[in-house]
Amino acid sequence: MEEHLQNLYEVLSKVEGYVYPNEVELNWSILIVLYPYITGLVAGAFILASLERIFKIKILKPTYGLALLTAFSFMLVATMPLVSHLGKPMRAYEIMITPHSSSAMAIFGFVYLWYLMVVLFLEIWFDYRRDMIIWANESKGVKRFLYKMLSLWTTDISPKAVALDDRIGYIVTVIGIPSAFLLHGYVGFIFGSIKANPWWSTVLMPVIFLFSAMVSGIALVMLVYIVLTRIRKQVLDMDCLDTIAKYLFYILIIDFTLEGLDQIHRIYVAEESFEALHKLVFGKLFYSLFIYQGIFGTLVPLATLGTLQFYKPKAKIRRVIYTVLPVLVLMGIFFMRWNVVIGGQLFSKSFYGYTTFKTSLIGAEGYLMAITWLIIPFLILSFLLWLLPPWKKIETNHD
Amino acid sequence: MKNEKNSLTRRDFFKAGTILASGVAIAGSAVIPYDGVLFAAEAPGAKGKWYGIGIDINKCIGCGRCANACKQENNVPKDPFYFRSWVEQYTIKNDGSVLVESPNGGIDGFKQSVPDKEIFKSFFVPKMCNHCAKSPCTQVCPVGATFETEEGIVLVDENYCIGCRYCVQACPYGCRYIHPDKGTVDKCTLCFHRLKKGYQPACFEICPTEARIFGDLNDPGSKLNYFLKNHTCMVVKPHLNTGSKLFYNAISPEVR
Repeated sequence: MEEHLQNLYEVLSKVEGYVYPNEVELNWSILIVLYPYITGLVAGAFILASLERIFKIKILKPTYGLALLTAFSFMLVATMPLVSHLGKPMRAYEIMITPHSSSAMAIFGFVYLWYLMVVLFLEIWFDYRRDMIIWANESKGVKRFLYKMLSLWTTDISPKAVALDDRIGYIVTVIGIPSAFLLHGYVGFIFGSIKANPWWSTVLMPVIFLFSAMVSGIALVMLVYIVLTRIRKQVLDMDCLDTIAKYLFYILIIDFTLEGLDQIHRIYVAEESFEALHKLVFGKLFYSLFIYQGIFGTLVPLATLGTLQFYKPKAKIRRVIYTVLPVLVLMGIFFMRWNVVIGGQLFSKSFYGYTTFKTSLIGAEGYLMAITWLIIPFLILSFLLWLLPPWKKIETNHD
Repeated sequence: MKNEKNSLTRRDFFKAGTILASGVAIAGSAVIPYDGVLFAAEAPGAKGKWYGIGIDINKCIGCGRCANACKQENNVPKDPFYFRSWVEQYTIKNDGSVLVESPNGGIDGFKQSVPDKEIFKSFFVPKMCNHCAKSPCTQVCPVGATFETEEGIVLVDENYCIGCRYCVQACPYGCRYIHPDKGTVDKCTLCFHRLKKGYQPACFEICPTEARIFGDLNDPGSKLNYFLKNHTCMVVKPHLNTGSKLFYNAISPEVR
């Protein structure tokens, strides 16, 4: 408490121009940067998985299971930064029990649960049911029990039953694609619908969030696939990686175009807030927007991926590129979220001044906490990969 | 070609027509009017009281007693980051630049930092919750902890608020803050506890120049309606269509 106030006094001394007195404090901190970031990774990873399943891009097969498990691991954590950021975390359930119908945020719990339980959980379950039954028979002790429990003690692995699993899995994925769009488009709407804030209030926000989500999710699966294959000392499927890179390139173009359109529109119409935002962008957001998000996160990957579409260097070189690029893209999208969430609070709604972002290393909203929420999904993913290794599955052709 | 055209029998036609019609009916039934745009508990013109606020900028002397009274009356934390009511000093210089200041919300008074000869004009603007009739803060609250009373006052149920801060983001006027001890949102209640006893809100009662006028918009004879009728009044940020009920007389376009 004392520390919080001390922080605020320090921020107050750094306020430039005039901000409303209640605006000195930044209300949504780094944890709220993580929330759209993590949900974006989920939606993006899922869409990559569905490319294989629904759009029959068979070359992506090696990443299908991985993409699903990655999406699931991050989804389990997605709400945690949100809930831990609440002033009254113990009341979080109220959002489910008494949702306010006109609130964009109230729907979150339902969209989240729908996506987690109905889409991701069901898809993974039907995809793994047969394998879990087989693995249960092959394992002993706790692991055997775990598999039996996870497969809900079902035992039917006849071709007919497996075909039904596949059919249901397919239907779930078909429902899943609009759901993934809904999940992340909706996160964009939370920001885009705030008319009080001109940095957020744009009708493009849900679409921008959606495409940036796909970009980040695809990059994440690409990285996880490369790292995991290295750890398992297996050979990377370069055709698969080339194809992922191709899709990453296409979607990055759309994302870049949309964000560019948003900025061009702002500059051209130059509304009341223009001068304040202009100063913000070239001042407090300069590095995070132009350097980290713009150059390293977008232009470098775009140029590299674009070149790869015409000129293919040796596999060895491509491997290095495919390892570095996702890292850049993931960083770029992180700063995109940062620029939206933090950037949108740095200027005063009076357009007469700016406050400063300050957070400490430790504490409920510190950097360590944020890093923890980013590491936990990888721990969950490691556990899931141990329990449900996609490479040990019996090949099924999702037809 | 001709054969293909003729192959649409009457039976097919009715079939297709029925499917189309049922599609339209199903889609149409989904288009129920959505109450996403929040209107107040009771529309203006209804029978009960409908409170609004008038502030005469020409009369405000920037003493800051309103901001102070508010903190005293409502136990608002004393630190300069938490205000339900504050006063801003606008100084428009000869070169057209605008300087806005509000040290400690104006509670300790103001000092003019610009030399007299550089000043084009200067004035004070008291700020507080606009008690909007289409309030964005009420619209976005995910649990409905913030609501509008029948009298048109925007309140918060602090036993219900989850502290998500969405309303703080949604308020265009910066009138909300998270109470540092409670973890829930706090804002002007128009001294609801005093209103219920027949008193005026603290900031109105204390104003030495009667720059603040409070009253019932539904009562044609109220002091507020008299004020609105006899002055050219304006709300802040009218383009946001929040249905603000805080009307300023003699407000400059620089005020935001």
